[in-house]
Amino acid sequence: MSEKPSAGRILLKAGGLFILINVIFAVVQPLEAIGSLSIYNGLIPGRPRLPYGENPAQSYNLSTNNLPAMIASHILHQPKAADEYRILLIGDSSVWGWRLTNDQTLAARLSAAGLIMPDGRRAVIHNLGYPVMALMKDLLLLDAVMAYQPDAILWPLTLESFARERQLFHPLVQNNTERVQRLIADHSLLLDPSDTRLVNLDFFGRTLVGQRRELANWLRLQFYGASWAATGIDQFIPMEFTPRSTDLEADVTWQAFESPQSLTEADLAFDVLRAGITRVGNIPVLLVNEPIYISDGTNSDIRYNAWYPRWAYDAYRALLATTAESEGWDYLDLWDTVEGAQFTDSPVHMTPDATARTAARIATWLQSFTEQ
Amino acid sequence: MSLSLATIGIIALLALPYHLLPGRIRPWLLFISSIIAIYLLQPALPIRFSDFLLPTAALMLTAALWWWSRAPDQRASREDALALGLMIAIILGLSLFRFVDAEYRLTPSRPPDPLALLIGLLIIIGGVVVIIQIIKRLDGLRADAINRVPTIHLSLLIVVIVALFITLKTEPVAIALSGLWRSATGQDVTLASPIDLNWLGFSYVAFRLIHTLRDRLTGLLPSLTLREHVTYVLFFPAYIAGPIDRAERFVEDLRKVASGQWSVASENAVNIQQSGQNRELSSPSSTDHQPPATSHFQSALYRIALGLFKKFVLADSLASGLALNGVNAEQITSAGWAWVLLYGYALRLFFDFSGYTDIAIGLGMLFGIRLPENFNRPYLKPDITAFWQSWHMTLSNWARFYVFTPLSRWLLRKDWSSTIVTVLLAQVVTMTVIGLWHGVTLNFFIWGLWQALGLWIHKQWSDRTRKWYRGLKERPAQKRAWTIVAWFITFHYIVLSWVWFALPGFDQAVVFFGKLVGQ
Repeated sequence: MSEKPSAGRILLKAGGLFILINVIFAVVQPLEAIGSLSIYNGLIPGRPRLPYGENPAQSYNLSTNNLPAMIASHILHQPKAADEYRILLIGDSSVWGWRLTNDQTLAARLSAAGLIMPDGRRAVIHNLGYPVMALMKDLLLLDAVMAYQPDAILWPLTLESFARERQLFHPLVQNNTERVQRLIADHSLLLDPSDTRLVNLDFFGRTLVGQRRELANWLRLQFYGASWAATGIDQFIPMEFTPRSTDLEADVTWQAFESPQSLTEADLAFDVLRAGITRVGNIPVLLVNEPIYISDGTNSDIRYNAWYPRWAYDAYRALLATTAESEGWDYLDLWDTVEGAQFTDSPVHMTPDATARTAARIATWLQSFTEQ
Repeated sequence: MSLSLATIGIIALLALPYHLLPGRIRPWLLFISSIIAIYLLQPALPIRFSDFLLPTAALMLTAALWWWSRAPDQRASREDALALGLMIAIILGLSLFRFVDAEYRLTPSRPPDPLALLIGLLIIIGGVVVIIQIIKRLDGLRADAINRVPTIHLSLLIVVIVALFITLKTEPVAIALSGLWRSATGQDVTLASPIDLNWLGFSYVAFRLIHTLRDRLTGLLPSLTLREHVTYVLFFPAYIAGPIDRAERFVEDLRKVASGQWSVASENAVNIQQSGQNRELSSPSSTDHQPPATSHFQSALYRIALGLFKKFVLADSLASGLALNGVNAEQITSAGWAWVLLYGYALRLFFDFSGYTDIAIGLGMLFGIRLPENFNRPYLKPDITAFWQSWHMTLSNWARFYVFTPLSRWLLRKDWSSTIVTVLLAQVVTMTVIGLWHGVTLNFFIWGLWQALGLWIHKQWSDRTRKWYRGLKERPAQKRAWTIVAWFITFHYIVLSWVWFALPGFDQAVVFFGKLVGQ
């Protein structure tokens, strides 16, 4: 007859196993591999836009820093069809579709335009926008999705994403330190790879216990997938919102710039933009300067809107146009194509109607571009 | 219900020093811990001091009802005086957290002024004593009053508890009461809400108090000291989500803890559950008692771990998007997903509730108290009667003892009532009481009716098919097939009833039933 194990032995074994699992987790770092496991695109449909949400219980969506998990939940993760001309649309919250349902986003409108490429393939536009204004985030995403066989990249831009101090400010960037440091090194970016905002986990931080939040987020992303699939909802859009400001402060500052001055490429994150274009190699990159709200209220002679003083935005536009021309980039400037009433809660968030019209303009340009 | 991982961990850790204490000290520690726990577990509430006053009211009510429900020949002892003194000292001691920074408080928010609280307590205790004396005087006019149970008083107290319960569970009444309270504290009356009166654990406290009052009336309740009565009603592992123990059984364990003996019946219960057998826990025999063994702690820890897994992994994960609720019921776009969310809700409800029960039973075992089982694989039962004998068993037993049995006996004495009608009426009343216990709403009422109808139909069916069913013994394949069909019908009958339970509105539930069939 076998002797019953004592509580002490059980506790000792359990403790030993717990430590062993944590050490293995810290050494192997399986979080990215786990992230690739997903119920999306299998048990349930993939999401048409990247997971992002601050109120998961209402939006059936949540933010995570696990890039493979984010991409695995996206419809991009499905095999590419033989007749698909795959265009990846990257950008900020206006691209992701803030306050827009999935059928109202720029990507959805562009796909609905039914563009047929000269080789007969139909254009399918994948929404890879993410509500963070930083080109570094765009580069990070672009780098992560290059394995998905894009045929073209559509990259809407705005000045705010070029602010140098914003490039490393978001947790998504800060928690993908190795990827970011590699991109900085590979493309000689004017960013500090040892920036203290980049998260360098100590041994405990790499253990199962240390990574429990990220692991839980991966699990929650799968569970919220069921609600997303059941309802088609991936964003909580409240009826009430604070509209973008019309009356503005008499303030000429923009980011670290205290007074009007001429801007150079080094002042803005053009190196990151260039790195993105370099990263994709021979795949065409189509740059769009996205529409902004142009106020006609108080101090609108000083500022276009709450974000941009006129001098800074004008300098940026001129710089972008000049650089695009000199570098031979395909570039479309839509900055003033949308009337003020069509902007919702920020100088770049547009109504469904304005988004549709912007999509129509881009579609026309894409068609003419591809026919060349 | 909020029993965080940290709270569970702290309670489990308390069991270690608990076992180092002399036996006679342990029941006192359970008494003190239970009192402190009701303040610790109570969530913060918007009305000033209400999250301190409601646990205090639970304590005062429990003490007052102990006084009223004492055995006729039971005199208050020195131990009772000590228990009362300790209760008041703990309340006043906790109120001193008023002078402590919020992050170090044991109370959910800033307590009221200790001096004002002391005056208030003295007035309440004085008032109760005066009322008791008046009643005694009135009773004294009757020669036989000394040694008899004060039936009318106890019955009235049951009515008072039920009225208080209905007040808290009926939204418009709760809002009105909240408004009154808000106006008394000078707070915005327009913000009055039932959440203001979120009196944690009161549902279970009320049922335990009704049980003690009713059992005093029938002479079933043993003599309890104030300490035993308070510990029984407020026992911290079972305070939030049950199970609803019976006082005589609980006190048996409590006294064994005091005498240094130990009940291992809980361990047996775990073993029974693990083997999947149906169990009727009998009172432990004298040979069941021994000092706490290693295997006892293992069983307790196993039970807690099982509960944590059910509650915090399975139930909470299902709640994260895979369970029906009032919001996603309106958002779903297909019948398939409606069914998925409904199944998800059924599983979530089970794992959540049975997880809490496992944790409570495990914690109780750590402190030497055997709490009754509450679930026994209910979703695997082949008929609704078996389901209700295995789902929230302590509540359904309570309802059987105090509603179904007395009511059906009373009905059977009526000339106009046949057995079929009696069973139907008794089932309807019993199950709607269980339904309304969750909240006085139309949907809970319909849910109760739904269960009653199911139980009644099953009773009629089984009465008429008993012979045929016995005959299936000789045809095992047919019996197996029938069991599967019966399980399928029972499971879906129960699962569909959760629509009324999960959704707050009648119209919403009706629309959802439409969605289940693709409309």
